[in-house]
Amino acid sequence: MITLDAVTKMYPKSRRPALDDISVQVEKGEFVFFIGPSGSGKSTFIKLLLREEVPTQGKVWIAGKDLAAIRSWKVPQLRRSIGCVFQDFRLLPNKTAAENVAFALEVIGKTRPVIRRIVPEVLSLVGLEGKENRYPNELSGGEQQRVAVARAFVNRPLVLLADEPTGNLDPDTSIEIMRLLDRINRTGTTVVMVTHDANIVNQMRRRVVELDRGRVVRDQNRGVYG
Amino acid sequence: MRAKFVLSEAATGLWRNVTMTIAMIITTAISLALLGAGGLLYVQIQETKDLLRNKVEVMVFLKDDASPQDKKALEEKFRDDSLVRDFEFESREQAHERFKELFKHSPDFVAGVSKQALPESYRVRLKNPGDYSALADEYKSEKGVSRVSSQQETVSQLFAMIDAIKNTTFIVAVMQAVAALLLMANTIQVAAYSRRREVSIMKLVGASNWYVRLPFVLEAAIAGLIGALLAWLGLVVAKVMLIDKALKPIFTSGLIPVIEWSDIMMTGPILAMVAIVVAGVTGWSTLRFYVKV
Repeated sequence: MITLDAVTKMYPKSRRPALDDISVQVEKGEFVFFIGPSGSGKSTFIKLLLREEVPTQGKVWIAGKDLAAIRSWKVPQLRRSIGCVFQDFRLLPNKTAAENVAFALEVIGKTRPVIRRIVPEVLSLVGLEGKENRYPNELSGGEQQRVAVARAFVNRPLVLLADEPTGNLDPDTSIEIMRLLDRINRTGTTVVMVTHDANIVNQMRRRVVELDRGRVVRDQNRGVYG
Repeated sequence: MRAKFVLSEAATGLWRNVTMTIAMIITTAISLALLGAGGLLYVQIQETKDLLRNKVEVMVFLKDDASPQDKKALEEKFRDDSLVRDFEFESREQAHERFKELFKHSPDFVAGVSKQALPESYRVRLKNPGDYSALADEYKSEKGVSRVSSQQETVSQLFAMIDAIKNTTFIVAVMQAVAALLLMANTIQVAAYSRRREVSIMKLVGASNWYVRLPFVLEAAIAGLIGALLAWLGLVVAKVMLIDKALKPIFTSGLIPVIEWSDIMMTGPILAMVAIVVAGVTGWSTLRFYVKV
């Protein structure tokens, strides 16, 4: 599903590459943790997958497509096949939970009947029944992240990218979010999660890829944080 | 759905940034009004030139002591002259009548000028109005002739004046247009900045480029359109107040054709088109720099 082939990324003003000749493959339906300290290249990895950046050398493939070969006006198409969840939720404060999810559908041109059908479905999937009309500031952190997950998943993406999704949550809430991601993974969606959270990695016992200074230092099935 | 979404985004944007929006509308309106006025003057000059081409007369004024023999000799010469199409004698009485007609809006001035003050003259129409100076050279030293003058002199002065007004108008219009453009670009930047959260989310979930940019471009286009409407209303007011009232004597003299309502009406859609195209292009190119994929 995701292939990085000898990828190096140099930023113009830095002497050391953010990613240094890394090759990783993620199969369809896999659940992979990317761990590593700050500056290890995790964020760059996410930016490459979203094609916010292109590699200096090497190639990134998603679902058989070479991202460097995608024309810039087709990048939105790529992003529709990738769902994203972030540490800071990134919800629109002036829209309700349901409207936040609907917004993602509106801007890719889905019709109103489709939106009205799908939004309640996906909100109940993430366990927010009855809270559709709450605004983000009326929801707890865990609930806000559920809205974000619902928005990321509502298009049934091939890949779900989660960038420290539990970074702002307490341990119990974190586990709930992980259960949710696990359920989404079981529907066949590939999940790539970048995290610092050792507890979660140790509990989940999934594949772990550890990065350090832009290199892969460990790639282990059913791994722990280490 | 799509249209409604995009329109409501644009309306929200305009309202959120209302002081800037008003500034943008005013500068756009002034710029377009001047542009429209300049355009009208340009058309005016062309029409005036065409009109005068067929009407211009050379006036051969006679000395007070010109004898009947002098007149007869002159008439002979006119008849044989290949430059002359036809000619007409104007007596003091006729000159006075014409004078009264021309200045009927200032009766005091008319009353102050006696019949004797106006010379007799021949009004000569040329085959080719460009031959004025050749004719003037030919006749100015004839016996009994005091001087040869042409409306062309007055007219060319008038043209020079209108030209100057037109050019000034265009220069000010261009400067205003630059200000309007910068304000448009700035408004769009501010709008894009104040909505960076929405924009980043839109890009994240895969909204297409035009879907992200259109509300901003539309914002500029709507403001531009309102500006164009105000500019056009300004021209309408100018037509009613200036041309039809204050400057009426100039036009009734018949030298300059009146700026017609049809001309004013025509400028409306043209200004609107200019506004929309400029706003659209400005918006799109600004966003290429500020809202990257």
